[in-house]
Amino acid sequence: MAPSSSNTVPTPLREIAKVVRSKNAGPFEITLDIIFKSREDFDAVKKSGVITKELISELYNVPTQAIITFGFFDLVNAVKITLPRPRAQGAIGETDMHAAQQHVPLQEIRVPWPVQ
Amino acid sequence: MAVASNEEIRILTPSGMLGYGFPIEHVKMGLALKPHAITIDSGSTDSGPQKLGLGEMTCSRANYVKDMEVLLEAQQEAKIPLLISSAGGDGSNLHVDVFRDIMVEIAQRRGWRFKLAKIYSDVDKALIKKELKAGRIEPLGPVPPLDPREVDAATVVVAQIGAEPFNKALDESEGVDVIVSGRAYDPSPTAAMAIRAGFDPALAWHMGKIMECGALCAEPVGRSVMGWLRRDHFEIEPLNPAERCTTASVAAHTLYEKTHPFLLAGPGGTLDLSQCKYEQVSDRRVRVSGSKFIPANPYTVKLEGAKTAGYRAIFIAGARDPIFIRQIDEILARVIDVTRDYYKEIPPETYRIIPHLYGKNGVMGELEPVKTPAHELCIIVEVAAATQAIATAICGKIRTSLMHAPYPGRIATAGNLASPFTPLEIPLGQACEFNVYHLMQVDSPTALFPVQYEEIA
Repeated sequence: MAPSSSNTVPTPLREIAKVVRSKNAGPFEITLDIIFKSREDFDAVKKSGVITKELISELYNVPTQAIITFGFFDLVNAVKITLPRPRAQGAIGETDMHAAQQHVPLQEIRVPWPVQ
Repeated sequence: MAVASNEEIRILTPSGMLGYGFPIEHVKMGLALKPHAITIDSGSTDSGPQKLGLGEMTCSRANYVKDMEVLLEAQQEAKIPLLISSAGGDGSNLHVDVFRDIMVEIAQRRGWRFKLAKIYSDVDKALIKKELKAGRIEPLGPVPPLDPREVDAATVVVAQIGAEPFNKALDESEGVDVIVSGRAYDPSPTAAMAIRAGFDPALAWHMGKIMECGALCAEPVGRSVMGWLRRDHFEIEPLNPAERCTTASVAAHTLYEKTHPFLLAGPGGTLDLSQCKYEQVSDRRVRVSGSKFIPANPYTVKLEGAKTAGYRAIFIAGARDPIFIRQIDEILARVIDVTRDYYKEIPPETYRIIPHLYGKNGVMGELEPVKTPAHELCIIVEVAAATQAIATAICGKIRTSLMHAPYPGRIATAGNLASPFTPLEIPLGQACEFNVYHLMQVDSPTALFPVQYEEIA
């Protein structure tokens, strides 16, 4: 449900979005998708201004100018973020071969949301 | 055999990955819809560089036999082309030949005859170095510029096959029933069939892009999918009646594992999906139109390669004592220092020691936002060195030192680690690393990819 009243609480994206996920996009990139349940939710999160390149830069320790894709894409009601991988996939020191569990900092982002 | 009319071509894709298995009844339901071809991809870089680096396959041979037997039976019954891409996962020549051998084995056992075309995609290293010198190779994404020494170090380098080599294989020799290809852009087999029948390449690539993942575009996600491509649109529907495609699920599918949601680069051009229209034509079927294809000039193909990078050993151990867990970073640092000091004769830059602390930050490393100590840890220490013997020896030294390391406040003086397995140190064999991921300009989309024909009986 999108915000309609002024009575909001900071709510994590995991309680708002339909999908929050991370995955390799090839062996040298990691891509993060936030897909919303509706256009209203997408618009409300976009309008909140909480999700920015600067925030992603901080959460994933990547300089803003190194971010490969960052955008709100209304055709799919989704935010897509693509970053360089910290190391080539599967190289010595790998912690997540498929980069499938790197979404958690993103899903904990809190957005002002109406009290249910 | 169903012949594609001017108005429609139908493609059946049983699964997003050959070797993962699929429900046979859904493939049968697909065959009843009279497809003009069966396409299935087998490739991915996603499970790691060891396939290209060491010649391993994504799935076990037995799983490939199982899936291929079902698909060859469908091919024999329906008399339609079966196109299999990226043999074995990496699509190296070695694995194209493994797939060919599996097919021969099945054909002999079942008494089937068919004409096979094999498309190979290993690229001659001398050619790569020549093109590199000519300035015709550039990094693909956040990758260092290609160094000729890396080309030499790579076990094998493959190039991604576009639609053209598949069509060449179907055109140049009469009556090809089955194609097994080396490394291909995943949508290529489906796109090739549609482009060959004269349909819009943009729609062909877009339908291929969706179908290469099987019914991943459905809700819930599934395996088998059917596509209908017509003059100005295509339609997509999962074959499992319990799944459905929705405008949202199909539109969002192109986000998956891709750098950008609308701009998808492949051999010979970029698919632009920013102006697409998605319509729900039935409860389970979606119609897509408005896809655009921007041809690349010059034509480029992606090169993929991996090298071996020494040997690894690990140990796995648990820790439960809160006094120990509180000090784990300091204790480990001391143990590593002592170990490095002990192995003075081994040049320090030739080996690496990397702790993975599950329960602390094993998954996210330095990015882990949660700092609360867990009540137990899984400690994995990874050691990479020039030989297996050295890696295993260093790993053993760290384990025994950590087991018995003194630390402030220690009252459990018999041992610090709970070890679940023997061997206590586990040799992992050779490590691999992707070291070629670049775009190379080519004069012809087919020149890099030799095709061989064979009557299988």
